[in-house]
Amino acid sequence: MSQPHSIVSTPHSLYLRHTLTIRVMHWINVLAFSLLLLSGLQIFNAYPALNWGKSSYNGQTPLLQIDAYRDAHGQLVGVTRIGGHPFETTGVLGVSADASGNPSARAFPTWITVPGTQWLAMARRWHFFFAWVLVINGVAYLLYALASRHLTRDLSPSRRDWRSLGQSIRDHVRFRHPRGEEAKRYNILQKLAYLSVIFGLFPLVVVAGLAMSPGLNALLPGWIDVFGGRQSARTVHFIAAWALVVFVFIHVFEVMVSGLWNNLRSMITGRYRVPNKEADHAER
Amino acid sequence: MQSVDSDRRRFLGRMLAASGSLLLAGCDRLSQTEWLPNVLSSAEKLTQAAQKLIMPRNAMAQEFSPADISPVFRSNGTSNPNNPVYQALAADSFKDYQLKISGLVEHPAAYTLAELKALPSRSQITRHDCVEGWSAIGKWQGVQLSQLLQRAQPLAGARYVVFDCFDPMDAQGTTYYYESIDLDEAYHPQTLLAYALNDADLPIKNGAPIRLRVERQLGYKMAKYVMEIRLVDSFDDIAGGKGGYWEDRGYEWFAGI
Repeated sequence: MSQPHSIVSTPHSLYLRHTLTIRVMHWINVLAFSLLLLSGLQIFNAYPALNWGKSSYNGQTPLLQIDAYRDAHGQLVGVTRIGGHPFETTGVLGVSADASGNPSARAFPTWITVPGTQWLAMARRWHFFFAWVLVINGVAYLLYALASRHLTRDLSPSRRDWRSLGQSIRDHVRFRHPRGEEAKRYNILQKLAYLSVIFGLFPLVVVAGLAMSPGLNALLPGWIDVFGGRQSARTVHFIAAWALVVFVFIHVFEVMVSGLWNNLRSMITGRYRVPNKEADHAER
Repeated sequence: MQSVDSDRRRFLGRMLAASGSLLLAGCDRLSQTEWLPNVLSSAEKLTQAAQKLIMPRNAMAQEFSPADISPVFRSNGTSNPNNPVYQALAADSFKDYQLKISGLVEHPAAYTLAELKALPSRSQITRHDCVEGWSAIGKWQGVQLSQLLQRAQPLAGARYVVFDCFDPMDAQGTTYYYESIDLDEAYHPQTLLAYALNDADLPIKNGAPIRLRVERQLGYKMAKYVMEIRLVDSFDDIAGGKGGYWEDRGYEWFAGI
């Protein structure tokens, strides 16, 4: 793991990048979001279609529908329809192997659902438990980020950040990462990505999820019409969840290309080694 | 350098795949234990408490316009009870049907369908949300359960209203559908014993002659083919003891989410 320059530059160039509170909250969020996604896909399997509007039966073609049928030879075929256009997706969507390896009709495959077998009641238990974990953790994070000035100091973009937007885009496209003092601060794209997840996608996925609750629908009659109705809210919930998955992929990719072990260490022990200005090959 | 990098990447890829399948296998094993589902379902109590805390007791479920009514109201679960008693009643348009109210009440009673229809009724266009995820909108007409409760006068110890149904849930006819709600939900103005759907007699596939409407909860709470209403102080001794057919199979008793 260790490369020559990292030996000379430790330990005095390590600095505390993430406080213990942030690290604990980050990993709680990883766990809660992972289980919410996996159990959510199992819940989706119980009604594997997405509609727009107040109800599912309004005469309109579903936006997305994952189906299975038997062909002339009796073989199960998986079909994914997007806006009515069919795509054969046997093996992954619609039809995939069950626990004993036989083809079975199910929207999302066993390897991406919790529980693996079709079990809606258990998936709902996982989902609603970790929904509370995610929300409590998220609210605690916001309060902490405000009180500790993490939000204003580390995340809110300065005027200088905005001016560096073009440069930051060019740097990201070339996989060039800041060194020295610059590496101690989040760059503008990083700040915008984190802010849009913290104040955009996570609140959206939670509120759209709550909009599916028949109980909470009665809180203020008609409030879920801001989504266009309950089935629209369900669709928004699904899309927002996958948008978060896209964020996670980009996030993990950036973590890997900008120094995997250094970044991982900073989120576990808190210590981050500032890459030397002159070093060409930083730890990758 | 290059080979160290690609080795490391391969190692990392394998580690990710391994930890992914470990997570999934672990979750499956945990789902089979006794304790983990109990821990997970502690969230149900929290959800129920939170909803009761922030919502007025009589907060009304959203009602819709006639234009929103679904062309076909989907039938789920039983669509025609395989029960000779029920079939005999249905053959005669439920003329001999009687809805009984019993248990912890001052005045047990029985109502024919005609007697129920003669009572003041309420109509409402509401959205039916299935636990599976779909929704359908329909217009319901029926007697408010609160009216029947006021006539029956629940005793001080009564805490839940249990609905016993005609539909057998297995081939042997040993298990019948049942459900239960608390008194808050029972006295809610939108809680109906519905006998009409979309201005016509309630079809058999949707629960004729009487189906319960509990508009702030999921579809499985809204028992179809209701035979008898019982007031009880606890449902510990009824079937699986969880207060409903699906509740005995792991679904939440509080289905407001």
